[in-house]
Amino acid sequence: MPKLTIDGREIEVEAGVTILQAAEELGIEIPRFCYHERLAVAGNCRMCLVEVEKMPKMVSSCSQPVGEGMVVHTNNAKVRKARQGVMEFLLINHPLDCPICDQGGECDLQDQAMTYGGDRGRYQEEKRAVEDKTYGPLVQTWMTRCIQCTRCVRFITEIAGTPVLGGLHRGEHMEISKYVDAALSSELSGNLIDLCPVGALTNKPAAYTYRAWELKKTESVDAMDALGAAIRVDTRGNEVVRILPRVNDDINEEWLGDRSRFAVDGLKRQRLDRPYVRKDGKLVPASWGEAFAAIADRLKGLPGSKIAAIAGDQTDCETMVAVKDLLAALGSANIDCRQDGAKLDASVRASYLFNSTIAGIEDADALLVIGSNPRKEAPVLNARIRKRYLEGGFKAAVVGPKADLTFKHEWLGDSAAVLADIASGKHPFLEVLKAAKKPAIILGQGALSRDDGAAILALAKKIADAAGVVAEGWNGFNVLHTAAARVGGLDLGFVPGQGGRDVAGIVAGAASGDISAVFLLGADEIDTQGLGNAFVVYLGSHGDSGAQRADVVLPGAAYTEKSATFVNTEGRVQRTQLAIFPPGEAKEDWRVVRALSDVLGQALPYDTPAQVRARMAAVNAVFATQNVLASAAWGSAFGSEGPLSDKPLASAIDNYYMTDPISRASKTMAECTAAFGEGCGCNQKKTGTHG
Amino acid sequence: MLRDQDRIFTNLYGLHDWGLKGAQARGDWDNTKAILERGRDAIIEEVKNSGLRGRGGAGFGTGMKWSFMPKTEGVRPHYLVINADEGEPGTCKDREIMRFDPHKLVEGALIASFAIGAHASYIYIRGEFVREAEHLQAAIDQAYDAGLIGKNACGSGWDFDLYVHRGAGAYVCGEESALIESLEGKKGQPRLKPPFPAGVGLYGCPTTVNNVESIAVVPTIMRRSASWFTGLGRPKNSGTKLFCISGHVNKPCNVEEEMGIPLKELLEKHAGGVRGGWDNLLAVIPGGSSVPALPKSICDEVLMDFDSLRDVRSGLGTAAVIVMDKSTDIVRAIARLSRFYKHESCGQCTPCREGTGWMWRLMEKLVRGESSMEEVELLEQVTRQVEGHTICALGDAAAWPIQGLIRNFRSEVEKKIAGRSQSAA
Amino acid sequence: MSNDEMQSFAFTPENLEKAKKIIAKYPAGKQQSAVMPLLDLAQRQVGWTSQAVMEYVAEMLDMAPIRVQEVVTFYTMYNQKPVGKFHVQVCTNICCLLRGCDGVAETAKQVLGVEWGETSADGLFTLSEVECLGACTNAPMMQVNDDYYEDLTPETTQAVLEALKRGETPKTGPQNGRQFSAPEGGPTTLTELTFVPAPLGASNSKGEKA
Repeated sequence: MPKLTIDGREIEVEAGVTILQAAEELGIEIPRFCYHERLAVAGNCRMCLVEVEKMPKMVSSCSQPVGEGMVVHTNNAKVRKARQGVMEFLLINHPLDCPICDQGGECDLQDQAMTYGGDRGRYQEEKRAVEDKTYGPLVQTWMTRCIQCTRCVRFITEIAGTPVLGGLHRGEHMEISKYVDAALSSELSGNLIDLCPVGALTNKPAAYTYRAWELKKTESVDAMDALGAAIRVDTRGNEVVRILPRVNDDINEEWLGDRSRFAVDGLKRQRLDRPYVRKDGKLVPASWGEAFAAIADRLKGLPGSKIAAIAGDQTDCETMVAVKDLLAALGSANIDCRQDGAKLDASVRASYLFNSTIAGIEDADALLVIGSNPRKEAPVLNARIRKRYLEGGFKAAVVGPKADLTFKHEWLGDSAAVLADIASGKHPFLEVLKAAKKPAIILGQGALSRDDGAAILALAKKIADAAGVVAEGWNGFNVLHTAAARVGGLDLGFVPGQGGRDVAGIVAGAASGDISAVFLLGADEIDTQGLGNAFVVYLGSHGDSGAQRADVVLPGAAYTEKSATFVNTEGRVQRTQLAIFPPGEAKEDWRVVRALSDVLGQALPYDTPAQVRARMAAVNAVFATQNVLASAAWGSAFGSEGPLSDKPLASAIDNYYMTDPISRASKTMAECTAAFGEGCGCNQKKTGTHG
Repeated sequence: MLRDQDRIFTNLYGLHDWGLKGAQARGDWDNTKAILERGRDAIIEEVKNSGLRGRGGAGFGTGMKWSFMPKTEGVRPHYLVINADEGEPGTCKDREIMRFDPHKLVEGALIASFAIGAHASYIYIRGEFVREAEHLQAAIDQAYDAGLIGKNACGSGWDFDLYVHRGAGAYVCGEESALIESLEGKKGQPRLKPPFPAGVGLYGCPTTVNNVESIAVVPTIMRRSASWFTGLGRPKNSGTKLFCISGHVNKPCNVEEEMGIPLKELLEKHAGGVRGGWDNLLAVIPGGSSVPALPKSICDEVLMDFDSLRDVRSGLGTAAVIVMDKSTDIVRAIARLSRFYKHESCGQCTPCREGTGWMWRLMEKLVRGESSMEEVELLEQVTRQVEGHTICALGDAAAWPIQGLIRNFRSEVEKKIAGRSQSAA
Repeated sequence: MSNDEMQSFAFTPENLEKAKKIIAKYPAGKQQSAVMPLLDLAQRQVGWTSQAVMEYVAEMLDMAPIRVQEVVTFYTMYNQKPVGKFHVQVCTNICCLLRGCDGVAETAKQVLGVEWGETSADGLFTLSEVECLGACTNAPMMQVNDDYYEDLTPETTQAVLEALKRGETPKTGPQNGRQFSAPEGGPTTLTELTFVPAPLGASNSKGEKA
């Protein structure tokens, strides 16, 4: 452990640590532009120069490892002068357009210029202008503002694994560009905006609509996929302007998928902002009272067995527990949260969780992906897998859709039969898993939502047992969910009770008349037109297919408009925060259910969030705490053996950009679909990572 | 004056057969096996003792550099990379070695590789040297055919492969880590150091990068001994050196001379003297475009070696002597170099990318007589802002000629500014 | 010819063989090292490094095309658009400047009827101003395709270019009769030693070319 002195203070740090990191441990911040702790060190901006005694030149502290006995000065006159010089160089060709730059107010260059910039420019020569590039609907380029730090190039190459950006030409003509006619087709492209230390890459959909300092910032949790990334919701008035990732090393590090970031305009479009009741075949505006009365009217006298509820992909736990209790009170066991029909087994928690944890996937040394395209289903997780792959000593294989996953893997085909071969040891990949210290399996919803889903689940368990995927201190059996609501629903037991019907049974029952009333909780991905003559109540935020079919529409809140509980694919209980209020007369969904229960004469015994959450914890103890992961018990059997379909295994997601009512309502996501295809680089030229 | 018997590059002017037979007639490949049999440590020791300093410009001890390589080969192979990316303006010595004495380089490559434990070596030759690369490849082919390199090279039991890799036009690739990047198939952008190539070089493996001339003199040093080499030149500046004399001399030429030869003697003896006589001398850039120009007063006495030139705040560099007589617009000449550095900056790091262009534009203003003394002061400051702050030495190389101009030729600079105030009047 | 006009590229069978040999010079898995020689080979085949060329080379070496484009735009020797049959590159760096490259440049522009960066109307010549080509003691000089013409004057510059126009092959190297980089009038050194005399044309003893 080398000991060194930084600005007169001694510190002992691990060998290999850089001066910049050591200084940070002492709370000394060294300015930087190109350095980013999650990217390879480039050392090109030279802003972090420091003086090390006995070294002939100043060194870039981001790249210089500490040495025993070093005496470092990070802020003496010589260092400040050098940084002032670098700052002046950066500014000579940088436009003075801060007043119209969206980065203004949150710009590293602007901030550092306050400390190191001169009060006037000494550069009287011609300034450089750089042609802007077309990066698609999400990222706006202002290339003249670029300071060539190459963070974007490094991110897209290293983290995203879609190397389409590079530095072309050289010297003062060096410019960042994408390959001639490649698309910037990464599901993580929005992170480039965060990484860009200046205003060269900005948020295109939000261009010119905000100034950073006028935004209210609310820390929350993403509900656009099942990872539950940490986000910050930036609002002005009652409008979400943008969504940014927050750091959460357990989940998203500091990245965010493009759908989670850019579908925000979908929060404003197609919104249900008041109740509706169908009259004479048409949905007409109604008061809450009228809507509730219409429901009470139709439910009166119905036996519980003729009532059902289906929870959608973004339904929060508060709502699900309330509906579950309400339907129980009405005598119905017909509830299901698996609108895709996945054969998930709610009785064994380990059978439906991403047990290794998201961060834990970095410990795996072998991976079998079954019926999933993690790049489309959870791009941030996919970047983790890529990170693991780049470290080396990682063997991966896919049984499922063939895709450019940005990490090297063997494609074993898309036939479920391969799984049986692996399980029986006929296929050599079992040996690869067995030989690994920490083998892992990722089981996608594409595999579980098939008719033979239960058989595949059983096979996956068989493989896990045969390969030692679950061992002391390690559980590599991972179910990758695509819906934010799913694990919470399973944890609450929002699945058919004794004699109850599942989603397929409910839909079939509605079609046949055995089910007379169906509650759809933001459930739009079922066959809403196949519900026969059933009375349909839709509770949700958007006028998607469920609301169109409904007889009564109850307007709910989107995830940015409420404090609501979601459980991510790992089983982590997290809570969103209210950033803006729901539009119009829309209300927090569980409160709507609570109010309705009164009208139905089945008043639910909770009136406050604390009470409803206490009820959740009573149903399942996992809800007693937040952000804590307890390992789930393995051992008991799940899935059930059965015949396998010869249908090819596919991903649960066709189009990354449109998966739910919010993203389907988003114009930006529609533009992405047009520009990038359905994600995963399918509209894109070869990026060099295939195979 | 150096005797012909003590000259290493005996076919400098291409008067003789450069092929294997000719080379052997000149003493190359004479019992190379015996040299190798002395063993790695002995070879490195001999080269260390010879005091050979790198001939590519920096003048770092060649034997010392070799000794930084791991003593034994681990899982990562070792590489010798030979820097033949000769591009420093004024410099054209390695070209002569490669086209007229390529076997000296090939033999040197074998000995050096053996000494550092490398079984493979790449010669990175600038892309424009197409014919030189052809000669070099022919010599390599001859050496393979004769069993001098390849499996069991010279019967030594050491396997050795040698490859020519052509560049494609980028001065910065003469910087060793940029060269390695280029050889790996990337843009020639210098790497951050540490790590140094001896630890992490080509393909992440231990690598030594040496200049062509440094490698080509090794066989002769091994044959004639370190003490022979140190008997030439001055302490710490030993041996012979190829000088490239260009510009305003009567007879520009390349010549091999003893280190430490007085500049004046060098020019008068071999290059026919300064055009118009010694008193017509304005300035000499003694070591290629990157080093500051010297005024005549210093040229009168200065010796041509590393330490003497360092003492007068210039450098031996590549020993490319660029002579300017009194007819020279030295401001224009240095401005041309500023343009060169601007053109060759790789664009990676801020001070060089932005500073070389700024310096060049200020120099052009000065050439046109549109500058003020304040702007000359600004120019000086900009050179200081670049110097010492960049990833590689190109930034320094761009700054130094301008600093030399302002320091040593202030009157020439002032004349330009006076011209402006006159025309303004 | 533009990128649109060159929709595809492939090596000729001979060049494909060469390419394989080039790739074999580098360790397994390090085939990216071959990108520069392969681009050069392709350029020798079609005259420039078009988008089709970049993508072909990228595919062959399993590189992302942007990495190839970075290389193409970084190095000066890759022609990013087509050039004439003769690419005339005049050095104007310091040593050539001191010895009269202005006259060489002027003459070249006049004789060819073009400015820097332009191609003559007949498509024969492209004229470029270039940085130091490393023949400084034989300044001023220019390179035409693979060959150097040195110790130029306006007259010899014109003679070389006119000869090329006529389809002749002018003698390369110094145009003033001197022995390569020896001082004009004869070497001042290496006169006491005698060795095997060089064959005519100072060529090699084993075939002209590698």
